[in-house]
Amino acid sequence: MLEGAFVCAQCTTRLGQPSVLRSTQKLVLPYSVRRLSSHAAQVDRPVRVAIVGSGPAGFYAASRLLSKHQDAVVDMYEKLPVPFGLARYGVAPDHPEVKNCEDKFTEVATSPRFNFVGNIDLGNDLPLAALKPHYDAILFAYGASQDKELGIPGEKALRSVYSARAFVGWYNGLPEHRDLQPDLTSGEDAVIVGQGNVALDVARILLSDVDTLRRTDIADYAVETLSKSRIKRVRVVGRRGPLQVDIPTSHSQSIQASFTIKEIRELLQLPSVSFDPIPQDVLPPEEVINGLPRAQKRLMQLLAKGSANDPHTATKSWSLDFLLSPDSLHWSPMHPYRLMHTKFSRNELDPADRYSPSSKITPKYLSSGKRAMVNLPSSVFFRSVGYKSLPLPGLEDLGIEFDSRRGIIPNDGFGRVTSPSGLGESQELPDGSLITHLPGLYCAGWVKRGPTGVIASTMADAFTTADTLVKDLATKKDSQSLLEDPEQSSGLGWDGIKAEAASLGLRTTSWQDWQRIDAAERERGQRKGKIRDKFGRVEEMLEVIG
Amino acid sequence: MALWREFGLQLRRAVPRASAGDVCLARPRRYVSYSTAPWRTGGAANPSLRNTGAKKDLRSVSQGWTETRRCFSVTAQAAHGHITPPKPGEEINVTFIDKDGNKVELQVAEGDNLLDIAQANDLEMEGACGGSCACSTCHVIVEDPDIFDKMEEPSDDENDMLDLAFGLTETSRLGCQVIMTKELDGLVVRLPSMTRNLQASDFESK
Repeated sequence: MLEGAFVCAQCTTRLGQPSVLRSTQKLVLPYSVRRLSSHAAQVDRPVRVAIVGSGPAGFYAASRLLSKHQDAVVDMYEKLPVPFGLARYGVAPDHPEVKNCEDKFTEVATSPRFNFVGNIDLGNDLPLAALKPHYDAILFAYGASQDKELGIPGEKALRSVYSARAFVGWYNGLPEHRDLQPDLTSGEDAVIVGQGNVALDVARILLSDVDTLRRTDIADYAVETLSKSRIKRVRVVGRRGPLQVDIPTSHSQSIQASFTIKEIRELLQLPSVSFDPIPQDVLPPEEVINGLPRAQKRLMQLLAKGSANDPHTATKSWSLDFLLSPDSLHWSPMHPYRLMHTKFSRNELDPADRYSPSSKITPKYLSSGKRAMVNLPSSVFFRSVGYKSLPLPGLEDLGIEFDSRRGIIPNDGFGRVTSPSGLGESQELPDGSLITHLPGLYCAGWVKRGPTGVIASTMADAFTTADTLVKDLATKKDSQSLLEDPEQSSGLGWDGIKAEAASLGLRTTSWQDWQRIDAAERERGQRKGKIRDKFGRVEEMLEVIG
Repeated sequence: MALWREFGLQLRRAVPRASAGDVCLARPRRYVSYSTAPWRTGGAANPSLRNTGAKKDLRSVSQGWTETRRCFSVTAQAAHGHITPPKPGEEINVTFIDKDGNKVELQVAEGDNLLDIAQANDLEMEGACGGSCACSTCHVIVEDPDIFDKMEEPSDDENDMLDLAFGLTETSRLGCQVIMTKELDGLVVRLPSMTRNLQASDFESK
């Protein structure tokens, strides 16, 4: 009945006797759920925490929570039938070592106090408010499901123009983008706008030897498409200069994260791929480079050194093009479906302050007074200017005012969800300002701080949130429930919801189900000589578990 | 088989945790890890049994440092921490200073790396990439610059990752890349805080 979920003996007994019902007047939520008798005030029931999202942020938060609070039980909700979010669907297939974090997540999941609920799209399949009566705290770690747009003419074209996010999802076997079918055969030039690590991943996949990729867990159909690719030249274009490109650290708070040196080095070392040297007037002179902080200095030195591969013998090439803003996309007059070039407007750095990271970037004008423009040949175009989070439907029922401008759930930096309009308990900060927390609600990862940083930053961030939650639980001595007053949380977690979910016809997946899918994927992969062969469709995954 | 397994589990529960912890603390050579996260032992146990275990652990959290250490650990005992016990007379001394300033002195064998050593001893060090030099989570700071100079130069790959580490210093290294040798006897490394100590200003200005 409990399927391995950890519920205390008392709860188990009570589950069998759902006869004592609360008066409906007690229900404060629009979503009326019949609840079991509450025994939240008794200290011996576990603290139930819902984590929404099973990517690195969710798992690192769960890990920390389970280790720091021995009486916490975590239910992790995931939209897909399978866990790991961007560790599975975002990390490039040729970076298997980065996916090693999944080992840790798998270990977290072996805890009897951990419960995975997959294939449930909270907010759409099941109202978020349905969670509230059964949990002591809810932690949102659902990441960033969209990408930012450029807002230029032609961007919405159906062919030859792709979002890097969709492309990454496509080659990683994400069901959502299974049918992207990017056209890589109409010409030799790829243009990627944006200079973050996602852009470099796309460039590397386009430039890599297909046979090297074949052995990774890249989707089969992607290998097939890439093997037919005619792309020979990849331009990674950014609007700023090399020194104004932010280097994300593991605690970077910047909005526009950019590439890391590891990804650049990998691209520079790709066999038979050459790199166009960065023009002298763009790259800072040596004496400036030598005076830079360590990370920037090493990056600039690497860029100045370039690639050892001879452009005459290399079969493919790539470049980093700086100080260009996309203006418009242009199709062939003869073949209206064939992308020809991308028009960029040139930018320039403040001449007085060229080599400062904060140097002002302004549009460049010709002596005629017109904007300086440049056309870059493009047979395929990718936009890669960052991800953004969307509000989950129903967040407002919990009182959360999603910050659409910044694409985050408003929070206090520690992970407690705050209410900018001041609904809820106000608290005075050390500096005298007031902050309003929404008790029991937390967030971690990209939905907390914006889509930036590497896994290490998400880990640190998720740990901070989990520590905060544990601290809040410790200071709330009279009751365990942070979410509502103790009378109102059943503490049953998923066990209190699953009947409702089943009646809606939802077929959720458990950790055991994932293990079967995992085994099936590995077995399929083994037959093809790769680590894993992912199922590209949700139906295929569900078929495995019957 | 199942019977013996159950018996083993019962026996494990019967041994008072505190005493096991004391032994652990009292032993100078802590290269053998005694800690087991409570839920790792209880896979087959029934819910009520598990519950008693959980309660016991909740109590023990407050019983001091050793106990806290024992209860921490979601770190992989199976996946990591496979370190070799040093041969008598060949122990290498290494000291970790955790983010709260606590010193943990260990005697380890040649050839083990700092990440494995830390995880085998339940120190708070993450290895998100499993020790393959692909993240910066096992960042350590070598206290003595002289010993730092005795170490092999970090590779480009390691430096690339260190560039991303928070609180990078002149003597920073990745734990997974520091392999113990006799020359490093007496090494002292500090573990930087993984979580940021946020100030009020950190979130008010946003």
